[in-house]
Amino acid sequence: MCLAIPVQVKEIKNNNRAVVDNNGVNFEASTNLVENLKVGDFVLIHAGFIIEILTRDDAREKLALLEEFYQKTGRGKNGRE
Amino acid sequence: MAESDKNKIKSLADAIRDLVDDTPITLMEVCGTHTMAIARYGIKSLLPASLDIVSGPGCPVCVTSAQDIQFAIDLANQKDCLVATFGDMIKVPGESSNLGSAQNVEVVYSPFDALEMARQNPGKEIVLLGLGFETTTPLIASLIKSAASSNLGNFSVLPMHKLVPPALKLLVADHDSKLDGFILPGHVSAITGTGYFEFLETAGIGGVVSGFTSLDIMESIYVLIADIIAGRTRVLNNYERVVRKNGNPKAFNLIWEVYEPEDSKWRGIGTIPASGLHIKDKYEDLDANCKFELKKREVEEPKGCICGEILMGRKKPKDCRHFGKTCTPLYPVGPCMVSSEGTCAAWYKYHKE
Ligand code: SF4
Repeated sequence: MCLAIPVQVKEIKNNNRAVVDNNGVNFEASTNLVENLKVGDFVLIHAGFIIEILTRDDAREKLALLEEFYQKTGRGKNGRE
Repeated sequence: MAESDKNKIKSLADAIRDLVDDTPITLMEVCGTHTMAIARYGIKSLLPASLDIVSGPGCPVCVTSAQDIQFAIDLANQKDCLVATFGDMIKVPGESSNLGSAQNVEVVYSPFDALEMARQNPGKEIVLLGLGFETTTPLIASLIKSAASSNLGNFSVLPMHKLVPPALKLLVADHDSKLDGFILPGHVSAITGTGYFEFLETAGIGGVVSGFTSLDIMESIYVLIADIIAGRTRVLNNYERVVRKNGNPKAFNLIWEVYEPEDSKWRGIGTIPASGLHIKDKYEDLDANCKFELKKREVEEPKGCICGEILMGRKKPKDCRHFGKTCTPLYPVGPCMVSSEGTCAAWYKYHKE
């Protein structure tokens, strides 16, 4: 249930929401739980909320590894469990 | 997986075998996503026989008391009530039925959807099940604050949250569990920080905050075993790309703005002091416990189900007489078989087939 996935911030809106990109699929997430968010940041998303900002290199690495997790588990493509 | 990662995992497996050298060691993970990942990647098959990894009470759905589930079912059977929940909860049995068979239930992906439901259905009372550990609780807390400021009169939360440290303290004190170290939950720690778990050091047991890939998990096992063998007791962070020592203070503080700790019943385990959360008086209008007159009823656990002992690391699913016979993911008897993150479900899927 605590599954969270890394995505990249595309656009920050003014209603405490941001558009994020997960492998070409865009969706909106809440920015209520983080501070100093910037476009281009890699972030962790959990149930529609950004819960933490990642360091860029690590996020890339993690994205690659998560691909494998998705393939094996069939979980999480759009941030859902 | 990249070839270089495969090689890393292989050398880690060798290194772990050398270190362990037949010493009996038991590690516990306390996160449903770890339970699934360890089973899925066949991590145990890479480890020496004397090293055991057991799953603790890390699946929020599994540890929600039958009484709380029954209360949610009773609410969902009330006219003009609509219970919104994460999908994991739907099949967990209460007294004799589950939420899926109750009249007014809607599965939501994000708790935000529940707020939207309240806006769109002014004639209905929307009750969101406040499930989860420290990872999920800030989301619900943030929602409670939004609902309070927008004066939505038809929205409330039924708090069923659990806190991780009180359960770990119980496990450390339980002599039958015989644990040597904890693999700590990565996404709980993203919110709380590693400092939140440093009490373990004083309790004399170490831990490692871990990510969720096979490499993350193998690395975490390795560093923890190295400490155990060397007689070092500390809390390590092997998920630095996400987890900071003080976590995400904004999210963590939101929990305490909206909630206060209270004693809470863990399914199959019993009441653990200050391990649950209730909504502060300031937000009581948004607390489903205050809003509805319904009474919570005592509910009996399924006969013969040993989920509680499994969650405490004392027994294995195969020790249960129902396992794989009268209890399967299709016809679950207890909560550990219902959620895909439950220990019995993970065992069934990966050890049985
Ligand atoms: S196999 Fe079923 S009945 Fe037995 S402990 Fe697991 S969930 Fe409970």
